[in-house]
Amino acid sequence: MTSVTPTSTAMPTEGQHGLKAHSDGDWDRTVPVQTRSERFRSVNVADFPEVDGKEHVWKLSPVATFADLTNGEISGAVPTLELHEADGVDVSWIARDDERIGAAGIPEERASANAWSSFEQALLISVTGEDEKVAGVTRTGLGTAPRAAHTVIEAAPNSRGLVVLRGTGEARLTENVEILVGEGANLTVVSLQEWAEDGVHLASHFARIGRDAKLKHIVVSLGGKVVRVNPSTHLAEQGADIEALGLYFADAGQHLEQQVYVNHDAPHTRSRVTYKGALQGAGARSVWIGDVLIGNAAVGTDSYEQNRNLVLTDGTRADSVPNLEIETGDIEGAGHASATGRFDDEQLFYLQSRGIPEDEARRLVVRGFLMEIVQKIGDAELEERLVAALEAELAGER
Amino acid sequence: MSTLEIKNLHVNVETDQGTREILRGVDLVINEGEIHAVMGPNGSGKSTLAYTIAGHPKYAVVQGEILLDGENVLEMSVDERARAGLFLAMQYPVEIPGVTNTNFLRTAKTAISGEAPGIRQWTKDVKSAMDDLRMDASFAARNVNEGFSGGEKKRNEILQLELLKPQFAVLDETDSGLDVDALKIVSEGVNRAHSNTGLGVLLITHYTRILRYIKPDYVHVFVAGRVAEQGGPELAERLEEEGYDRYVTEAASAE
Repeated sequence: MTSVTPTSTAMPTEGQHGLKAHSDGDWDRTVPVQTRSERFRSVNVADFPEVDGKEHVWKLSPVATFADLTNGEISGAVPTLELHEADGVDVSWIARDDERIGAAGIPEERASANAWSSFEQALLISVTGEDEKVAGVTRTGLGTAPRAAHTVIEAAPNSRGLVVLRGTGEARLTENVEILVGEGANLTVVSLQEWAEDGVHLASHFARIGRDAKLKHIVVSLGGKVVRVNPSTHLAEQGADIEALGLYFADAGQHLEQQVYVNHDAPHTRSRVTYKGALQGAGARSVWIGDVLIGNAAVGTDSYEQNRNLVLTDGTRADSVPNLEIETGDIEGAGHASATGRFDDEQLFYLQSRGIPEDEARRLVVRGFLMEIVQKIGDAELEERLVAALEAELAGER
Repeated sequence: MSTLEIKNLHVNVETDQGTREILRGVDLVINEGEIHAVMGPNGSGKSTLAYTIAGHPKYAVVQGEILLDGENVLEMSVDERARAGLFLAMQYPVEIPGVTNTNFLRTAKTAISGEAPGIRQWTKDVKSAMDDLRMDASFAARNVNEGFSGGEKKRNEILQLELLKPQFAVLDETDSGLDVDALKIVSEGVNRAHSNTGLGVLLITHYTRILRYIKPDYVHVFVAGRVAEQGGPELAERLEEEGYDRYVTEAASAE
């Protein structure tokens, strides 16, 4: 055995070897990062300070373009809706004091709280019955004055169905959408943003998924100047399952954002988060933040989240931030991935070497990249319409 | 008669260490219906030749010509070359997520023949070509090369060769990584295309194994970026016995 002479472990004094106090951290003077589940929440807008853009949840958003929605007074009057009806899906208005309101979650930021404080009646979409069905609500012509909305989508135990919440035309909208998935139910919710060029839409979705129930939640953002749809999912009971999918195509000057949160809060819950986006044109911007929390109770969790961005031109910016927080070691698996890349030239070469002209080859590859999400929607008619919308995006027609 | 001519071809490639000269004056003439095997040790520039013919942007032609029936191939884009009748079966075909094989094949066929193929005949052609290559019908609906094994990717290359019907095909180490059954199936496909359409073939390989199934008319030994020796099929037999050592030593002492 050899003896080791102890050496001094004292830090060199400042200035030696270029050593300086490091600049990150500074923990004495900053608020420590909290666990996601402990974030401040309130239904009352006055409980949140005015938004200035420095807040954690707002720092990547163009807050000046929608100060009216975060800080101003907004109308909570009910809009006219276009309904796409189906047997087993009922649409009605319910009062603010209905017990379902607040059952899935409550606001974590001021735009969401402002909507909550302002809406007059909530839209209830209730799904019952075990047959497959597709229903939808389209909001159109909401105008240019700021508005608030509240929607509750409720799937009865063991029910099945697909609900599309679509927005077109002018809008300055902040809203909350609550999704209650009963025991054993299998629900798909598609939030489809096809707003007019200067539309602004801030949305918080709160889903609570019951025992052995499954939610497929799909956010498709194509039109609008600023679109921010933040889905939070509470896997509240054993065997709950969320498949969170997203698809966005940011053009010049467009800001498309999504902050996705999955809270594993019961044993044997499963989550799959897959968001894919393309960016094209100067100032095209996307933000994706994916928070996954695997709580103490969530033994046997199986979780994976990923974000992929395809950059088609110069002058774009894609932020992609996956966060994973694990409080129990007894899980099946948890992973995350994020990749933002330019067009793959080898794919282009392969297609061109088969005689396909460059522009057509590009369209095929981008379409292929985004189709992975479209193919998972599970409704042929909607899938076809989205393919056509994506073709128009690629051709620069919108 | 169709002819593919390669004259005094010099090709550079940019690497992290700077510009490297890979091809140093290659001359080859392939006539319609002929099968030429290009054999050589690793790093001799065989794949560079294949990709340069197809027009991969990574390879810069600094001197020489490639002519297809007298037309200057080097002035054509990658897709123009394919439409002019050239085909490259790649060693490592890329995966294209979200694009089904069916969609891809029909798009390529339409681009090459200038009009969409009649749906009934085309469906029949695809099915029969897939049957010939013992490809399961499910490959049509799967995304291009996605999750395919090495052997399945090679079969998919030959499927395209048979359906797109080029005048000249460059097969870049199509045999590598194939077991003997897959090798036979792939070779049969190349032989079918050869006898059905009078295809000219430039068969690039490291091994003589594939030459048992695809009989070359000419064999060229490629060393250090140029043709070191050429002859008939007997040259391949000699290579099988002696290997490349003789050429490599000669090339090294010549430098």
